[in-house]
Amino acid sequence: MQAYIIRRLLALVPTLLFTSVIVFITVRLIPGDVIDLMLTENDIGATRQSRVQIEAALGFDKPMHVQYFRWIGAVLLDGDLGRSLWQTTPVTELVMERLAVTFELGLMALLIALIVALPLGAYSAMRQDTIGDYVGRSFAILMLAIPGFWKATMIMVFPSIWWGWAPEVEFTPFRDDPLRHLGQMLIPAAILGTAMSAVTMRMTRTMMLEVLRQDYIRTAWAKGLGEKLVVMRHALRNALIPVVTVIGLQAPLLIGGTVIMEQIFVIPGMGLLLLEAVSQRDYPIITGVFLVVGVAVLLINLLVDLSYGLLDPKVRYA
Amino acid sequence: MAGSMTSPLLQVRGLTVQFRTDRGFVNAVDSVSLNVDAGETLAVVGESGSGKSVTALSLLRLVPSPQGRIVAGEVIFDGQDLLTLDDRQMRAVRGNRIAMIFQEPMSSLNPTLTMGLQVAEPFSIHDGTPWAAALGKAKTLLDRVRIPDSGARLAAYPHQFSGGMRQRVMIAMALACRPRMIIADEPTTALDVTVQAQILDLLKELTQETRSALILITHDLGVVARYADRVCVMYAGRIVETGTARDIYERASHPYTRALMASIPRLDRDTATRLEPIEGYPPSLAQLPPGCAFHPRCRFAADPCGRRVPMLEKIGERHHRACFVDAAV
Ligand SMILES: Nc1ncnc2c1ncn2[C@@H]1O[C@H](COP(=O)(O)OP(=O)(O)O)[C@@H](O)[C@H]1O
Ligand code: SF4
Ligand SMILES: [Mg+2]
Repeated sequence: MQAYIIRRLLALVPTLLFTSVIVFITVRLIPGDVIDLMLTENDIGATRQSRVQIEAALGFDKPMHVQYFRWIGAVLLDGDLGRSLWQTTPVTELVMERLAVTFELGLMALLIALIVALPLGAYSAMRQDTIGDYVGRSFAILMLAIPGFWKATMIMVFPSIWWGWAPEVEFTPFRDDPLRHLGQMLIPAAILGTAMSAVTMRMTRTMMLEVLRQDYIRTAWAKGLGEKLVVMRHALRNALIPVVTVIGLQAPLLIGGTVIMEQIFVIPGMGLLLLEAVSQRDYPIITGVFLVVGVAVLLINLLVDLSYGLLDPKVRYA
Repeated sequence: MAGSMTSPLLQVRGLTVQFRTDRGFVNAVDSVSLNVDAGETLAVVGESGSGKSVTALSLLRLVPSPQGRIVAGEVIFDGQDLLTLDDRQMRAVRGNRIAMIFQEPMSSLNPTLTMGLQVAEPFSIHDGTPWAAALGKAKTLLDRVRIPDSGARLAAYPHQFSGGMRQRVMIAMALACRPRMIIADEPTTALDVTVQAQILDLLKELTQETRSALILITHDLGVVARYADRVCVMYAGRIVETGTARDIYERASHPYTRALMASIPRLDRDTATRLEPIEGYPPSLAQLPPGCAFHPRCRFAADPCGRRVPMLEKIGERHHRACFVDAAV
């Protein structure tokens, strides 16, 4: 297993390097130019000279490939993602600080998704074609059909009209007031989580139905097991193997979703950082965010693969 | 104990099981009655689709629902009608007083659980044995079904076992709580010919050791002589003949049984004698011929056969037959 993990991690290296090239180039393709922006912002006459000066100061006068190798070199050797073009704060620091918040939001969303999806999916399968099953499935379709930003907007708007309550716009960090902080994260996490739970729930239901038909489930009944043990011990694990794949596939969507939620609920995560950076053409931050997100997605995929090993002995012993 | 020495361990009366199909309800098992005495081996024989598995599953109330359901009958086991028990009481019977072994060893074990857990599980649920002790008992069971290196095998998973080994594990699991009765549904059909006899010998030996009754379901009359005390022959969901193994071997009386006998190779016959396969096919349950379901294929079919359903009638000490025509004897 260890050797397998190491092999998988090494296999990530070329993928990551390729990702870094793509990220570096595409970011520079964003229309608009940071130097124009700086010049207008600071009301400096766009003389040729000031332009050249700024370019040289930021290192943009070098050819693209030189810039890339400088950047990736610093990333690989020092974990240094460069400095913000505007604030000269180290990007690594900025990104890591924001990553924790986004990671927390994503993890909460995932937990909520699983807490909703797994029991509901299993229940729907066990009570196939009963009222409970229909209610569960309708809930899933509803969650899937309503976009997250719409749900978020409704939550922003209606409670304030009806009860004069609105989500806070002042972000409380965890260390200042843990409860208040969690309460703040809960609504966006729930919006993301329920959306994610829809697909996961339907997959859980389908796989449970499939598994409950299997011969080994009949064996479990024939041994005298009750429904709880049949489902929890004998069926769920087998049904979860394909469900894990679906969860893994949704991870990038989840990251996309957090960007939107951070924007709406003013949560200072990577999403908000990215949006600010894009509007200012702050290239090092944009590349930094993309690179970290890329690494995160690859690691999530690796985790998904490793969890197959936990669930399926055939993979573990292969 | 409710069952006295004289009444059989299992008495099935008029068991009828229906399935809902695209073409309406069909009786997969129709008015089946049979007895099993304590410690006895009863073989249930019939072509594929004759209702053997459904009969077996109904005894433990495991007929797949909602498409299938038991619509009539009694299953009196040890003096208790199993069909009237509530869920909890029924669970206490399954795997404890009656155990079952299935036809498909490759798919009947859970691929994600260790063999140890699966074999130890009956001790845990029926006797409340703590897991450590239950695993110890599981190891002893694996030794009894002659699985080599049983200690290490406890931690192994089904995919690491051959079909024959898996069926040994199923037998171990069935024996766990020393059931009064084991139902083995074609336990060797899916196995290599070379291991079939080994598995049946083992099953017979161990059920004799524990004095469990055995219902051995098979489509192969050949294995019956060696292992069974009595035999039930099924056709299209009904029992058409039942008797001691001797009755069936020496005095088979129903035309279908006789045709089955003629279609198996026998050592005591000239090997040059051509086997006579039964002509035609078993009927579809959705379109059962009226009267005796066998009549389109029967060489003896006569006047009442296509109009009335023959009932089981006693023709010997323990020998019964459902057929109108005496000439068939
Ligand atoms: N799950 C099911 N759904 C619908 N019909 C079934 C099902 N299981 C069995 N049957 C019907 O019951 C008949 C008897 O099946 P079975 O008892 O499995 O036969 P055997 O074990 O003798 O080969 C089949 O021919 C089929 O029509
Ligand atoms: S009842 Fe008639 S058709 Fe049926 S087995 Fe006897 S002789 Fe044949
Ligand atoms: Mg069968």
